[in-house]
Order: sequence, then structure tokens, then C-alpha cells
Amino acid sequence: MIQTQKNDNPIPSAMPVARMVDLVKRFGDHTVLDGVSLEVYPGEMLVVMGGSGCGKSTCLRHMIGSMSPDEGHVELFGKDITDMDDPELDTLRKRFGILFQSGALFNSMTVGENVALPLQEHTDLDEETIDIMVKIKLEQVGLREAVDLMPAEISGGMKKRAGLARAVALDPEILFYDEPSAGLDPVTSAEIDHLMMDLSQKLGVASVVVTHEMDSAFRIADRMVMLDKGRVLMEGRREEFEAIRDGEPTGDDRIDLIRQFLRGDSQGPITQRRQASGYEEDILNAALGGKL
Amino acid sequence: MDHGSRRNPVEAIGAKVLGNLTYIGGLSLLLVKTMRWIGLGLFTKKVRLDGVAVSTQMIRVGIKSLGVVMLVQGFIGMILALQMEPPLALYSQQGQISSIIGIAGFRMLGPIITAVVLSGFAGASIAAEIGTMVVAEEIEAMEAMALNPVRFLVVPRVLATILMMLLLTPIADLMIAAGGYFIGKIALGPEVYREYWKSMRDILKYRDFYTGMIQAGVFGLLISLIACFEGLKVRGGAEGVGNATTMTVVYSIVAIIAAAGVFTVVFYVFKL
Ligand SMILES: Nc1ncnc2c1ncn2[C@@H]1O[C@H](COP(=O)(O)OP(=O)(O)OP(=O)(O)O)[C@@H](O)[C@H]1O
Ligand SMILES: [Mg+2]
Repeated sequence: MIQTQKNDNPIPSAMPVARMVDLVKRFGDHTVLDGVSLEVYPGEMLVVMGGSGCGKSTCLRHMIGSMSPDEGHVELFGKDITDMDDPELDTLRKRFGILFQSGALFNSMTVGENVALPLQEHTDLDEETIDIMVKIKLEQVGLREAVDLMPAEISGGMKKRAGLARAVALDPEILFYDEPSAGLDPVTSAEIDHLMMDLSQKLGVASVVVTHEMDSAFRIADRMVMLDKGRVLMEGRREEFEAIRDGEPTGDDRIDLIRQFLRGDSQGPITQRRQASGYEEDILNAALGGKL
Repeated sequence: MDHGSRRNPVEAIGAKVLGNLTYIGGLSLLLVKTMRWIGLGLFTKKVRLDGVAVSTQMIRVGIKSLGVVMLVQGFIGMILALQMEPPLALYSQQGQISSIIGIAGFRMLGPIITAVVLSGFAGASIAAEIGTMVVAEEIEAMEAMALNPVRFLVVPRVLATILMMLLLTPIADLMIAAGGYFIGKIALGPEVYREYWKSMRDILKYRDFYTGMIQAGVFGLLISLIACFEGLKVRGGAEGVGNATTMTVVYSIVAIIAAAGVFTVVFYVFKL
């Protein structure tokens, strides 16, 4: 028994809530995802990290079925969604929530109406019950007094929180977050982190969080995945990543690259890679009018 | 997509034709989806048509465009009367001005000019609104919440625009007629205005009105479909939104004139 718990796989017996297998996605001849596999288990918080433009949002879009892969497949709740038609997908969509990078509130509706919308459309509850539910959801994210405000009248952090209230309106089994703390001050960002942890601990919701705020990532993660050049560079428990972050450089390029990213150092393999890509030569060449 | 210069002319024309066919294909697909949702809304209990959304849309574009439609159509009537008087006066046929204005107005100019005005008001604002929603990830959020954008955004806008066309067109028809009368009264003399309303009533048949109304409805459908289509395919920020509004107006006007041509032929052949 104890043996199995020490296994790499955190909850070996459980079936993953969401799973991505050898996913390949190309835009034209640009391969954005090049064989990515990952799993999310019930109740766990998976953080996906990686440099800007490495395909994190694209990864998320595949998991929610709004993009279809060129190769590989995605499973939600044990069902392959790759070739699903819209009505089938819609029944699954009611079981997850997503918080977009910008909050993505509907700007023509008040905050309250935004949160009420999924309830009105997907449940048979009457208006009064919905009203109460909306108040409860908004209270959870500390926005009860903003119920009648329009999205344009609230701040970026409030939009994210309102988006979160809407995402959890239908009590989802899995939540996806795209950069929940980007562009927020440290305190608001910590508040959002707490909200997310609350949701996953109290309600047992599985979460996939895309972020490159390292403080927040280490605060919330159970397990982490680092993407680079469209591949999974490393996947493991938070402690393993912490060990790399706090350790010394190893000389192993892969580990040092992860270490530089986690520490946010300006020197390291990532920087070297950029220099090796011929950038300086390019600039010099341009400066000398192509005489090099 | 700056490969135009490297293509030979035949290829370039081919690509253009293919591009237009793809566009029409996309538009037709949107039409089918829209019709399907309207059908489900009318004939099943499961999907309800949102009357509030439709009336909001109607008020938003209808009130704004009413004044302009009336003004423009009044001027059209005046221009027609002024332009026709000299040649008709040669044969002392000024009395015919009202019949010609009546037929031209009710059958064609009422709906077509109203549609052109509305493509600027309704079409452009629909494209801009939906385009902005695309840019702000709202459409994606909608889909991820299992809410169908065609049902939520396209259907109310299409219904509202068609209804607006049907409401504005009779007003437009009357304004054209009134414009002609007004010019007769102040400039052209009693030969034109004395029998104006009577001879217009005598010549106009019921079908002159309803052929105009059929066209009005179809123009409304074309404007709103093109606007929604352009809005939904916006990519890349504010620039994309601006481009979508421009293309909406351009394509709407082309579509309106082309449809009017087809209608004229059909009505002529079937003697309507
Ligand atoms: N719809 C699309 N069409 C073409 N290319 C796309 C599309 N979506 C994303 N890309 C490209 O895919 C790459 C990855 O984009 P993605 O948005 O997934 O990055 P990201 O890791 O989320 O970056 P960020 O941290 O900046 O949000 C980028 O190079 C982007 O240009
Ligand atoms: Mg992103």
C-alpha cells in the first residue's frame, strides 16, 4: 500500500478527468504542439508553464474542444472528444468551467446577468432561485455588491473574479484557467490563488492552470508541467520542481533550462539559446547594410 | 497574402473566384444554421426565441435609422418628380408623375434605399459588435459554456433586421410619394399635384406593395447575415473589426443590388 503511494503517479487508481495524448497541432507550417501528453486527476491542481507563445493557450483550447488537433486526441471525463459533434460536446461543456485570460465577460450584460446566464440556459431553476445562486457565487468571489455593474465599470481583477463566479456557476467538475493572475497586483493575484485553491479543496474540483507567474504557480500547484518548443520538457510533483529551482546548476541543459525559467534568471540556457539563434549577427548585418 | 504579384492573371482570377465561392459557401452555411435555430425556436418547446433580445436589437438600430430613412426617401421622391417633369411636360403628361413615383417607389426604391441605409446602420453596428466580442474572447467563452453563438447572437439580429426592414419600408414608400407631392406643390404646379394621390391609388395594385415587402425582408436577411458572418470571422484586434464593418457595408450593397436584379427578372417573368 505504502509502496503505491510513493509511486510517481499521485492517484494511481483514479481515472483522469481530462487527458491529452500525443497531441500535435500545426498552424500552417508552424508546429505549435508537437506531441504533448498530459493528465489531470480529480481534485488536483495542475499548473502548465512555459515561455510566451509556447502553446499554453492552444493546449487549453484543445482540452475544452474549441480546437481540433492534427494528430493525437483529447479525453474529457473518459470520453474522446476529438471527433465529437457539437450537441455531444455541449453536454460535456456543462461539466467544466473556464476562466479566460481576459475574463471574457459578456459586455452587454451586467455582472449578475453574466453569472446567471449559464444557470438560465442549462438548468430548470426559477428566477428567484437563480437570483440567490448568483448572489452566492458572487459572494464566494467577493463581488456581491457589483452584481448590477456592467463589465466596463469594473477593474481587471474584478473581471477575473466575476469570470470565475460565472465559470463555477454550474458547479463544474473541472476548471480551466488561462493566466488567472496575469496583469494583477500581487495582493489581488494572491486572492485569486486562494479562490482557486478554495474551489479545488472544498469542492474537489480538478483544475488546469496556465500561468507564468512563478510565485503563484508554486503556491497553488499539486503537479506541474513545463512546455517548451511544443513538447513537455518536464512533468512532475511540485516538490520536484522546487528542488530544481532551489538547487545548483547541474550542467544538464534540460534541468538548467527549467531552473532558469523557474527562477526567472537573466542568464542561462534560455538566453544562450536566443543568442545562438543568430540574433546578434542579424542585427549587425542590418546595421552594416549587409556587408558581413 | 501578398502573392498576387507573383501569380499569373489566370491564377489570380481563379483564386478570386474560389475566394468568392468560399465566402458564399460560408454565408450559406450560416443561413442554414440560422434557419435551423429559428425553426427549432418556432416548433419546439426546448429552444425558445428570445423576444427581448430581438426587440432590443430593433430599438437599437430602428430608432437610429428611422430619421435618416425618412429624410433620404423624401429626397428621392423630390428628385424623381423634378427629374421627370421636363420630359413628361413635352407630352403634357405631368399627371403621370405620381403613378411612376408610386410604382417605382413601392416596388423597388422604397425597399432598396432603405436597405442601403440600414446596411450602414444595422449592418455595420452588428459586425462591429460581434467582431469586438470575438476579439474579447467572448464568443469562445460562449461556446465553452455550451451556448451556441448562432442562436444567441445571429438569430435575434437576423430577426430584428428583417422586422426593421418590414416596418421601415412602408414608411419609406410613403415618404417617396410625399416627396414627389411636396415638389409638385411648391414647384411643378397643379397638373402634377391636383390628381396626385388619386392617380397613385388608381395605378397601384396590392402586388406592387407586397413584391416590395418580399424584397425588403430578403434584403434584411442579407444585411444581417453578412454582418454576422463578417463579425464572426474577425481575427486580429481592432483593425480586424474596422475591416469587418467596411466589408459588411460593401458586400451588403452588392448583395442587395444583385438580389434586386434577380427579383426584378423573376417578377417580370411571372408578371408580378
Ligand atoms: N488561431 C491561430 N492561428 C495561427 N496561429 C496561432 C493561432 N493560435 C495560436 N497561434 C500561434 O501558436 C503559438 C502559440 O500560441 P499560444 O496562444 O498558445 O501561446 P501561449 O503559450 O498561450 O502564449 P502567452 O503566454 O503569450 O499567452 C503562437 O506562435 C501563436 O502565434
Ligand atoms: Mg496564452
